[in-house]
Amino acid sequence: MQDFVDAFQFIGEHTALLWRLTLDHLALSGAAIGIALALAIPVGVILGHAHRGSFAAINVSNIGRALPSLALISIGVAVLGIGFVNVMVALIVLAFPIVLTNAYVAVDGVDQDAVEAARGMGMTGREVLWKVELPLALPLIFAGIRTAVVYVIATATLASVAGAHSLGDVIVDQATYRLPGVLGAAICVAVLALLAELLFAALQRAVTPRALRLEERGAPLLGDLATNERTAST
Amino acid sequence: MAEPVIPDFGRGSSCVRENGTFCWDWVNAHWGDTLRPALVQHVMLTLIAVAVGFALAFALALLAHRRGWLTTPVVLVTGLLYTIPSLALFQLLVPFTGLSRMTAEVALVSYTLLILFRNTLAGLAGVPEEVRDAARGMGLTRRQLLWKVELPLALPAIVAGLRIATVTVISLATVAVFVVDQGLGAPIYAGLQQTFKTELIAAGALCVALALATDALLVLAQRALTPWTRVARSR
Repeated sequence: MQDFVDAFQFIGEHTALLWRLTLDHLALSGAAIGIALALAIPVGVILGHAHRGSFAAINVSNIGRALPSLALISIGVAVLGIGFVNVMVALIVLAFPIVLTNAYVAVDGVDQDAVEAARGMGMTGREVLWKVELPLALPLIFAGIRTAVVYVIATATLASVAGAHSLGDVIVDQATYRLPGVLGAAICVAVLALLAELLFAALQRAVTPRALRLEERGAPLLGDLATNERTAST
Repeated sequence: MAEPVIPDFGRGSSCVRENGTFCWDWVNAHWGDTLRPALVQHVMLTLIAVAVGFALAFALALLAHRRGWLTTPVVLVTGLLYTIPSLALFQLLVPFTGLSRMTAEVALVSYTLLILFRNTLAGLAGVPEEVRDAARGMGLTRRQLLWKVELPLALPAIVAGLRIATVTVISLATVAVFVVDQGLGAPIYAGLQQTFKTELIAAGALCVALALATDALLVLAQRALTPWTRVARSR
């Protein structure tokens, strides 16, 4: 327990350092997430809207999960060299499949009766997408974003071995910071990941239409199971 | 005139001496002393973590299946563990279990719990009520109902959970190198520290191959264990 007391003392004494690394950590994660979302959501939504490419869209996340983050970052280093951009590319590669699969499954799985009804009302394909499919798919798309955000924040910790700065700098440098420093930084990373999870859980709730929220109340905690199962069992 | 001094770069193929991006010779030469042992350790790390994690999660899921109020606290605690970044969790366990394999296993087990618990419970909850009624009508006891009806029907969901958990553990076990010098993380980390990258690329590729092969194996196992799902599909 003394180790943890020392760890909190370390946090108190090195607040400036930890704060700076937290900001680096967030900058790296934020850049990677932003680009991954910009690439993956349109592709997933369009494929889901057209109900095409389900094999690829679903299996890409299975393969993505199999990629060991440490290996991917390391291979990125081998091929691209060290630095911020290369770690960011590795993080994008890790986040992309999660977001893509969720976006695809979300739009593809929208109640076909609702889509039919919208068509019957004379909506064009684009209107169906924007006014029916996207609002209904939003909660599940957000579930994917939330998973990806937490995953990227966790993995950004490993960026330190590849020359980018993050809270991992302290964690992997026990020679300099000793065990209290390592534990202190580990606590910071854990808190950061938990805060991100809570923030995005709240956002996900906020974008869920009220009618769907009521429906979910039966099994709110088993929420993202549907995606897990679908990504896994195909 | 004196002979020019040619520096001796030691033995090894021209590819290794010239620091090529990927040298098959190196892989051949070091398969036995570096890559194979690391691969075997990695498989062991994974097997133990998934086996222990499954035993725990399965027991918890059976309990929660009978007593519904348990679901919320279990999901909250395992979800909390699941959210903590791996590198941080490995280090946070060091004061308790030291730089040991135990530390690696405890952390890896904690990452399997949420997935396995949630999938097992969802599988059990997904059994149609009519099937349960029919089984009860045939005079099955609660225990028989669970083992002969509910669990077989939940098997696809359980295996789906096992697939996610196993692949996740194979990937995360590379990070265990920061607390214990075992598994494929060791050659990956060694490769990071040097300019010669073959070791790193070979170990990373092995890790991905292991994950994909294990995933395929579990799919085959599920097909063999649930023949009825195939019949239903072929109709």
